[in-house]
Amino acid sequence: MDIKSATVWIGGAAGDGVASTGDILAKTCSRSGLHYFAQSSYQSVIRGGHVVYQFQASSEPVYTHGDNFDLLIALNQDSVDYHIKSINKGAGRGFIFNSDKVKLDVSALPAGALAYGLPVGDLTAEFGRNPVMQNTLACGVFINLLQLSWDVFEKAVRDQFGKKKAEIADLNVKVARKGFEYAQSKFQPLKDIVLKGDGRPRMLLGANQAIALGAVAGGCTFYSAYPMTPASAIMHWLAPRSSKYGIVMKQCEDEIASINMAIGAGFSGTRAMTGTSGGGFALMTEAMGLSGITEVPVVAVLVQRGGPSTGLPTKTEQGDLFQALGAGQGEYPKAVMTPISVEDAYFSTVQSLNIAEKYQLPVMLLSDLLLSEHLETVDSEALTNKVVIDRGDVVDSVGADYTRYADTPSGISPRVYPGLEGGQHVAGSDEHDEDGTLISDIFTNPTTRVKMVRKRFRKMDALAKEIAGESFVKEGPAQADLTLVGWGSTYKTLKNIRLALEKEGMKVNHIQFRIVWPFPAEAALKELKSAKKAVLVENNYSGLFAKLLRQETGLSVPHHIRKFDGEPFYFAPLLERVKGLLNPGAPEVQYLVTAELDIPIKRVVATAGV
Amino acid sequence: MIELASPQAASKFRSEIKPTWCPGCGDFGVLNSLQTACATIGINPKDLVVVSGIGCSSNLPGFIHSYGMHTLHGRGVAVAQGVRLGNHGLTVVATGGDGDGYGIGVGHFVHAVRRNINMTYIVMNNQIYGLTTGQTSPTTTKGVKTKSTPGGNIENALNPLGIALMAGASFVARGFSGDANGLAEIMTKAIAHKGFSLVDVLSPCVTYNKMNTYAWFRERVYKLQEKGHDVTNMESALKASLDWDQRIATGVLYQVERPTYEEQDPAMAEFGPLVNHKLGLSDNDWKAVVQEFM
Ligand SMILES: Cc1ncc(C[n+]2csc(CCOP(=O)(O)OP(=O)(O)O)c2C)c(N)n1
Ligand code: SF4
Ligand SMILES: [Mg+2]
Repeated sequence: MDIKSATVWIGGAAGDGVASTGDILAKTCSRSGLHYFAQSSYQSVIRGGHVVYQFQASSEPVYTHGDNFDLLIALNQDSVDYHIKSINKGAGRGFIFNSDKVKLDVSALPAGALAYGLPVGDLTAEFGRNPVMQNTLACGVFINLLQLSWDVFEKAVRDQFGKKKAEIADLNVKVARKGFEYAQSKFQPLKDIVLKGDGRPRMLLGANQAIALGAVAGGCTFYSAYPMTPASAIMHWLAPRSSKYGIVMKQCEDEIASINMAIGAGFSGTRAMTGTSGGGFALMTEAMGLSGITEVPVVAVLVQRGGPSTGLPTKTEQGDLFQALGAGQGEYPKAVMTPISVEDAYFSTVQSLNIAEKYQLPVMLLSDLLLSEHLETVDSEALTNKVVIDRGDVVDSVGADYTRYADTPSGISPRVYPGLEGGQHVAGSDEHDEDGTLISDIFTNPTTRVKMVRKRFRKMDALAKEIAGESFVKEGPAQADLTLVGWGSTYKTLKNIRLALEKEGMKVNHIQFRIVWPFPAEAALKELKSAKKAVLVENNYSGLFAKLLRQETGLSVPHHIRKFDGEPFYFAPLLERVKGLLNPGAPEVQYLVTAELDIPIKRVVATAGV
Repeated sequence: MIELASPQAASKFRSEIKPTWCPGCGDFGVLNSLQTACATIGINPKDLVVVSGIGCSSNLPGFIHSYGMHTLHGRGVAVAQGVRLGNHGLTVVATGGDGDGYGIGVGHFVHAVRRNINMTYIVMNNQIYGLTTGQTSPTTTKGVKTKSTPGGNIENALNPLGIALMAGASFVARGFSGDANGLAEIMTKAIAHKGFSLVDVLSPCVTYNKMNTYAWFRERVYKLQEKGHDVTNMESALKASLDWDQRIATGVLYQVERPTYEEQDPAMAEFGPLVNHKLGLSDNDWKAVVQEFM
């Protein structure tokens, strides 16, 4: 039977061109109408600069970057040495490598696996024997081994270099062709893997790009940030497009300035957003409360990475749930969204901007390194610019009795933007009365305090109602033998697990939370109380979502699978653990570790790009 | 000499709320001068936004009739920059204390200066933490006893004007709240200045700073503008900023024309005030951006 997907790794040292090689192959796949999902493991940076780019390309939808590899393009010796045990079974699986430079002991390969050695020096003799040509040469071989379209690939190479570097593009195309032809004469294509695109080119993006695009489409015109992995790509996408779309991208002196500037911009009537990772978010928390009490809308993107402190700058984790829920001193209304996919990141960004303005409160949008930095194909029809931009209750004329913080039945008081005659008021971070007068300094006024706290929290009622049907997605049969539960970025992996178990004849359903505050307690309780057996899968150590769920519903999920090694869940090991839950005496809490990537520390170099 | 607006004209900036400062507090003078300056320039209260941090001095937005924000300790300048970037049709004034701006918020202060966003920053420098009842501040003179330094402050005071000059300020001035007209004149120039203007105001705390009193300042202050000071000369400005124990310079120390942030930001230069932008993506822009991702 044909296999419809291939898992491919590109391994090399930082600076070997791993990412650009990945980009060209990604474009080749997405433009061929294939489905594609890639994840870059750059654990490397602290371990001698080793980078592994892993992707899965398929004729059918893919949900993860795959597990073991069918082909590995090895750009250095480490890539062969470290990953030899991760080859998939099957004929023709193996390494594509520069045989002038990299030694591979063929006898160490499993049965059927092959060493696609390339005499790079000889093959590039006519082009001046440049060793950096090994990547391009390997790409040519790869295209041939998987029988991908040469034409699509050639265009991807040319686009990569652009018209300005047409000469370099020409050279690369020639070198790749050399590799392609060499493979034609020396190697057999992998016959059992059939990658057949449907001819519909797809978009290729990660959640950071989706958030940036969602910001622009959702009417945000001010984005402030301080660089921090893995959130910086939002800033990088917006900055060069600033004058095109009329969005200011302001790099600030720190995250405190970023959020406070965004709040200032929000006060002036501009749709504003800021973004960071956990460390920067920690600095922003006091200002979250400022947004809460002044009722000036703001959206803060929090792209989680491994913590605490500087933690794992280039690794993924779902460890910041409580820091979002508990951001800042005191109590104030807020919303926390945890988009579950790239598409959802786009729509959640628009929704965050709307919720922030409609309910005049801070919205935190949680992504993580996996969701934000992986790349996947998205059908262009899945996204649209036809989104609703709801600025909430803003008035453009006021009477003499206008008060900014009017104690309305909904708790939402009409906003004005500076410049409007009669709307003058002070938005105060001290507790204040309906007209903005501080009640804190001279005497504390209990009646007013109670009134204003109640007014602000009343907004949560309407918000909870508005999002009631959207807090989580449920997939699979209404009643099942096993219920998978997750939040945020684990969605596609769990979907993959559900589909795989379904294929094996099991009845499995899946609930994934995409808005965790206000918490949909009633709906969650209804779903989970009736579940026969449930497992909660999350990318952290102490089961943060499990705690939240228990706090809000009183419900304890019987099984938990967690991972806190910095790597995302891999499909196959997770599937095995999930299946194991059906055995009697299955553990309540178990942890997964990605041992395949446990690379020995050879030399330590300074961490870069954090 | 600038012809200042009459008290009557300035009264349109009077808020209904009476200031809560201690009688005699220097901040009263700052408030009055600011109202006079705004009236002198002819600002409409609806187009003025006064943003502060936290402190006695930071209570000022409540006492002036305009739009305002009373934010977090040390963050007023950051918020104010956001207001101005969000709508650069507005006149934006940030106010605060020495602890607010030169202590907890010193990072924002230095960066705001070098950014040259067109706004005015007024620091009521009383060399003490007033609101928290009298601890040492970044500008407390060495040796002075405060609640937190009962044996005398052992740190050196920082020189805010010098820092602003070195950070690339386009307008640096110092006023004295005991000289209402002089201060109003300086503020008028500061608000009219195109770019970021710093006005450090000697604003005595009559309750917690028993050393730097009105009398103490009166013995020392002199007016730079009466001494033929060249405001474009960095060296003279720096020198003036260093005066302290014997005599203290007031007036505009430095003023030069530099492009503002608003003029140089690609989006703002192209589209004007952000608040007026058309939101979202047109069908054509959408088609193009989808193509970018293909
Ligand atoms: C984050 C934070 N830390 C501390 C405080 C307490 N606090 C309020 S005002 C202030 C200092 C005020 O001094 P200054 O800024 O000089 O203003 P003044 O009262 O002297 O006018 C402090 C420390 C606070 N509100 N927030
Ligand atoms: S404590 Fe000092 S600064 Fe505060 S109001 Fe009283 S005199 Fe003014
Ligand atoms: Mg002070």
